[in-house]
Amino acid sequence: MKVELIHIHKHFGAVHANNDINLTVESGKIQGILGENGAGKSTLMKILSGYIQADSGEIRLDGKPVKINSPSDAIRLGIGMLHQDPLDFPPMRVVDNLLIGHDGSLFPNRREVVRAFNELQNQFGFSIDPYAYVDTLTVGERQQLEILRLLWLGARVLILDEPTTGISASQKEKLFETLRRLAAQGMSVIFVSHKLEDVEFLCDRIAVFRKGELVGEVNPPYVTDELVKMMFGRVISLEEKRRYETCDVSFHLDHVTIEDYRLQIRDINLSVSCGEVIGLAGMEGSGQVQFLRTCAGLMRPVAGEINLGGRRLTGKPYRAFLEAGIAYVPASRMEEGLIPGLSLTEHFILAEEQNGFFINFDKALATTRQRIEDFNIKGTPVSTVESLSGGNQQRALLAMLRHPVNLLLLEHPTRGLDIESAIWIWGKLKERCKQGTSIIFTSADLEEILQYSDRILVFYGGKVSPPIDAESTTVEQLGQLIGGKGF
Amino acid sequence: MMKTSSRWSGIGFQTLAVLLALAFTTVVMLISGADPIQVYQNIISGALGSPTKIADILVAWTPLLLATAGLLLTFTAGLWNIGIEGQITLGAIFTTWALRLLQPTDLPPTLIMTIGFVAGALGGMIWAALVGLLKIYGNVNEIFGGLGLNFVATALTIWLIFGPWKRPGVGSMSGTEPFPLELWLPTLSGFRLSPLALAMGIIAIAIVYILLRGTYFGLRLKAVGRNGRAAFLMGIPTTRYMLMAFLLCGLMAGLAGATQVLAVYHRLIPSISSGYGFLGMMVAMLVNYQALWAAPVALFFAALNIGSIQLPIVLKLDSSLSGVLQGSLVLFVLLMDGVRRRLTRNQ
Repeated sequence: MKVELIHIHKHFGAVHANNDINLTVESGKIQGILGENGAGKSTLMKILSGYIQADSGEIRLDGKPVKINSPSDAIRLGIGMLHQDPLDFPPMRVVDNLLIGHDGSLFPNRREVVRAFNELQNQFGFSIDPYAYVDTLTVGERQQLEILRLLWLGARVLILDEPTTGISASQKEKLFETLRRLAAQGMSVIFVSHKLEDVEFLCDRIAVFRKGELVGEVNPPYVTDELVKMMFGRVISLEEKRRYETCDVSFHLDHVTIEDYRLQIRDINLSVSCGEVIGLAGMEGSGQVQFLRTCAGLMRPVAGEINLGGRRLTGKPYRAFLEAGIAYVPASRMEEGLIPGLSLTEHFILAEEQNGFFINFDKALATTRQRIEDFNIKGTPVSTVESLSGGNQQRALLAMLRHPVNLLLLEHPTRGLDIESAIWIWGKLKERCKQGTSIIFTSADLEEILQYSDRILVFYGGKVSPPIDAESTTVEQLGQLIGGKGF
Repeated sequence: MMKTSSRWSGIGFQTLAVLLALAFTTVVMLISGADPIQVYQNIISGALGSPTKIADILVAWTPLLLATAGLLLTFTAGLWNIGIEGQITLGAIFTTWALRLLQPTDLPPTLIMTIGFVAGALGGMIWAALVGLLKIYGNVNEIFGGLGLNFVATALTIWLIFGPWKRPGVGSMSGTEPFPLELWLPTLSGFRLSPLALAMGIIAIAIVYILLRGTYFGLRLKAVGRNGRAAFLMGIPTTRYMLMAFLLCGLMAGLAGATQVLAVYHRLIPSISSGYGFLGMMVAMLVNYQALWAAPVALFFAALNIGSIQLPIVLKLDSSLSGVLQGSLVLFVLLMDGVRRRLTRNQ
């Protein structure tokens, strides 16, 4: 289906989020939408998918002007959007997730739905158990589920918002293959991302957004430098890798065994020096998260010892880990990191050590202003966290970390962030390393792991590799380990 | 600019909500065959017609303020403390118990009454702690736990009145044997109003206002209420804060029960809580859980309650008409709030 967006304008308060956007997506094509955080990509996609309405402008599908007032309007017209965070119902079964949002009779025919679902997933080589509970699926599988659901509902335009964050390399490959096949069937695919590599690799045409405007469209062959220049208005390069002096061993895992209902990882041994960065690589769901949560004191190991600076932490509650200077930054910012409805100032007050009974608001405001400036957060002290963009939420989360921190545990620290923000955030993190903070982080981005880690642990199916020196390894070698070769 | 205009539109919608609630109540009156103007006149004169009546409003205001103040804390912590009715009742039972125990002793009445208040607070806290512990350790939702304990509290009251604490001779629905005059909380001469009880209500709401506005405790409570998981990861002991919210709410509810015994009824009666707990929930919802507006709205609700007392006598209407007005007010204010949000979102 051909999609035309004509003279789209959208304001949020004083921000002109979409300024006179004109974009045409031909059917059978994969259209890339590239831009950094806050460039207006997501706004435009939300307008197209009915989540918000444009202030002015027109949307045409196959040449016919349409009004899209809600997501259900959009899906009725054949526009399906795959959100960055899967919009499914985790405690329910896959088949029930399909039934929700489907106009059907009072008594849905489950068996028929399962049959249709399996037929559809055979087409794409997916293998999701229709009776599995959604919260047992990986992000990649939930994404597959969402694609199938949208197709099943009759989507002919598929919008994907940052779909490659949080999924493994092989899942990404499968996703791309699926999208190509869908395009070949005449569907229009709109692929929103800030990942140059993915967009360049996949898209038939790329539209670049910057500060609410569509700055230009590019056809292949793509020149990376040119795209970067369009995105940021200038060329940026990755910071040189630097190592910091390490000191005595600070964090110890000794014969630790982790177990949850899905997997068991036996006999992990690791010593992390202060100032050292450990990257955790592996397919999503191979145990990295369980490992991080064990280090944070949120999960108890079934065997082994955890020590920090000679202090035994095994079996202690989360608060003891926190007091020992171990901080954990979860990947799901709005669910686990921040508190909707509270302002930035209130967050910084909560993050600080309590000082007396009454809050000194003047002081808190001054601190907040300082943090906003230091961390380059686009927001005001009274902004509620949900009004911030994803990148700014991540900055706020990092700005809330106390000083000093002995061990920082990060889940996907730069997920959903543009290159510039990611580099900036790592700059901040490395500053902490200089002061002696150790970092353990997960990432789906191998380049990021290689770039910033001193040593790397690879997780595969309940096994953990011995620490690998980041300087003496390559993407290829890690890729093999992640795929289970060499264990 | 934006802020003031949205504030004015907010007030506009609130006014509309009040008008709609009045219209709805008027329709109810017309259906029941009453003359609305006469009814409203009656409510107003019933509430403000004489100094005694105004004093009675303040008498009703006191437990309502205490209940609302406590509920603002539990609501802030994201908890639906439906069990507040039972907590008020237990406060009244404990106060009555303490008074009955100490009445035969030589202790000065002031001390006995003080102990009565403390016992009442304790009773409310125990009942609230049960709800909290059931939620935290037993995985029983506080709404179900509270509802269950409300029934237990009512049953306990009835059992006490007709059983161990029954009047000499035969138990009666009019309650236990009234306490002697020296165990009545002093009132303004000629009125039923006890300045001490009133002061307690006002202090309670003031404390809650300050707690929620300017303290670490209040902010953490808010954090727990809005995102318990994130609050926990930030290092806030969430279960402790939830339990504290329950305990403080129970304390205030218990005091409300104590004032009902010590300053109003001077005995234990079957429906000692008089529905002030549920009414307090409505006040809290109506003021959108903001302590600043709780006091005047509670006063207005108290006035409606007092104003409608004489309806059955004068107009042969049921006094629950004030409840219709209170309930429809809450519904329409929430409705208009939803409408306003929808309209501003589409702008």
